[in-house]
Amino acid sequence: MIAHSIFFYFFSIVAIISAIMVTASKNTVHSVFFLILDFISISCLFIMIGAEFLGMIMLIVYVGAVAVLFLFVVMMLNVAQQKNQWFLSKSSSDHIPIGFIISAIIFFELLIVVGGWKYKPDLVNPNNISLYNGVSNTHSLGQVLYTDYIHIFQISGMILLVAMIGAIVLTYRQREGVKKQSYVKQISRERSEGVEVLEVESNKGIKIDD
Amino acid sequence: MEYFNIIFQEVYKILFLLVPVLVSVAMIVWLDRRVWAFVQKRQGPNVVGPFGLLQSLADALKYIFKEIIIPASSNKVIFILAPIITMTLALIAWAVIPFSENHVLANINVGILYIFAVSSLGVYGIIMGGWASNSKYPFLGSIRSAAQMVSYEVSIGIIIINVLLCVGSLNLNDIVIAQKNMWFIVPLFPMFVIFFISALAETNRPPFDLPEAEAELVAGYQTEYSGMMYAMFWLGEYANILLMCALGSILFLGGWLSPIDIYPFTLIPGAIWLIFKILLLFFLFALVKAIVPRYRYDQLMRLGWKIFLPLSLTYVVLTASYLFYFNLLPTI
Repeated sequence: MIAHSIFFYFFSIVAIISAIMVTASKNTVHSVFFLILDFISISCLFIMIGAEFLGMIMLIVYVGAVAVLFLFVVMMLNVAQQKNQWFLSKSSSDHIPIGFIISAIIFFELLIVVGGWKYKPDLVNPNNISLYNGVSNTHSLGQVLYTDYIHIFQISGMILLVAMIGAIVLTYRQREGVKKQSYVKQISRERSEGVEVLEVESNKGIKIDD
Repeated sequence: MEYFNIIFQEVYKILFLLVPVLVSVAMIVWLDRRVWAFVQKRQGPNVVGPFGLLQSLADALKYIFKEIIIPASSNKVIFILAPIITMTLALIAWAVIPFSENHVLANINVGILYIFAVSSLGVYGIIMGGWASNSKYPFLGSIRSAAQMVSYEVSIGIIIINVLLCVGSLNLNDIVIAQKNMWFIVPLFPMFVIFFISALAETNRPPFDLPEAEAELVAGYQTEYSGMMYAMFWLGEYANILLMCALGSILFLGGWLSPIDIYPFTLIPGAIWLIFKILLLFFLFALVKAIVPRYRYDQLMRLGWKIFLPLSLTYVVLTASYLFYFNLLPTI
């Protein structure tokens, strides 16, 4: 039990400190690395309460895919420089009160939500948790997700698909003059189309490109 | 006192796993170079020790005594962290590999997800190394590898789903036991081929070694590294390759099961069979390195997204419908 609480406090302290460092660090790439550390310590907390599947999925999806894309974008943009310029300029001070107002609103909204939170009766009773009935965490999650909540699950998948296609449609633009390789075309070429013997008149040359 | 005993036992177990892994990484480098040389009708390393077996040891000694150079304009903390992360991640994944029914360090329920998560974290060592070097070629190499590893992880994940459909459990030992009657390479042979090629791309092996393509990027993300830090990248890379071979043999070649389930073969311990299968897969890896030319970057992306992803997704639908129609779905 002592080891358990030591690990709990270790992971939660790391999670909180790295969450603060995400916003506090000057360098944006460092912020992303702290975000990754935060994700990892939170997935460790998930594993500690027995939600091993959620913890691993958190690692795979957030750390393995989402954070890589964050890092990708942040590295390419060189945001660190822009941010410093923005902080030094006059226009930044105009936005600070608005930022404070918005964060205060979000804070009060969270307070209201947490205050009015209703727990399912007997939720904390360990007999009700299927983990103790010999069924693993993954199985029980699947049984709930694919029976009681199948419609919500399918709809959320649909929304993700639509969002993905929408993002592709919005950013896709047909560029002209791009040479594309077609494997079928390359393989099915024959000598008669590929090679041409021409008579070149002297001092006149010949135009090859079409 | 009791705690110390537990910790001591665990450390002993971990060392008992890690030391053979590290030694076999060194041996596997020798094997790789040797196979590569024989394909090209050369001798390869054959001077240090019998058959050149101690070549990797000599190389490691050389790396230890070399100076570690940290570029002045680099981001020093991340620069030093990158090889450490690569090597740590390559080694911690071995915790869940089952060497026989009882010989596994951590027999966790979500073993396959754990391996998948750790191998998807592996990209950070490369990105961090490339970015922190603050130089052109490492950065280009790391950006390439980030895109490459993320795209091939998708197809590996879907191939794993195929296997999981047939098993009904995420535990690696259960996956092995489910293959008692028939190895999954038989019904899922196309998936095995795709898994093998994706594993090549995931570990940045030729023909997909674009992150360190020496003709274009000097040495990719490793350009600015020297001495022990370079050696750690290199160790991590080969430990990852071994891990992918182990994963392939567990998913498709029956892990620690003996190929024929009759008397003289069952005497041989499971660990030997697993090692034999890993070596077989690694031999294929080494052969591929020797005989296939490097892919171009757009061809690599096309292969990952336009061919492997639809193929493996279709196979998921096929496997699921087959199992459902013939009522073969595994029960809990």
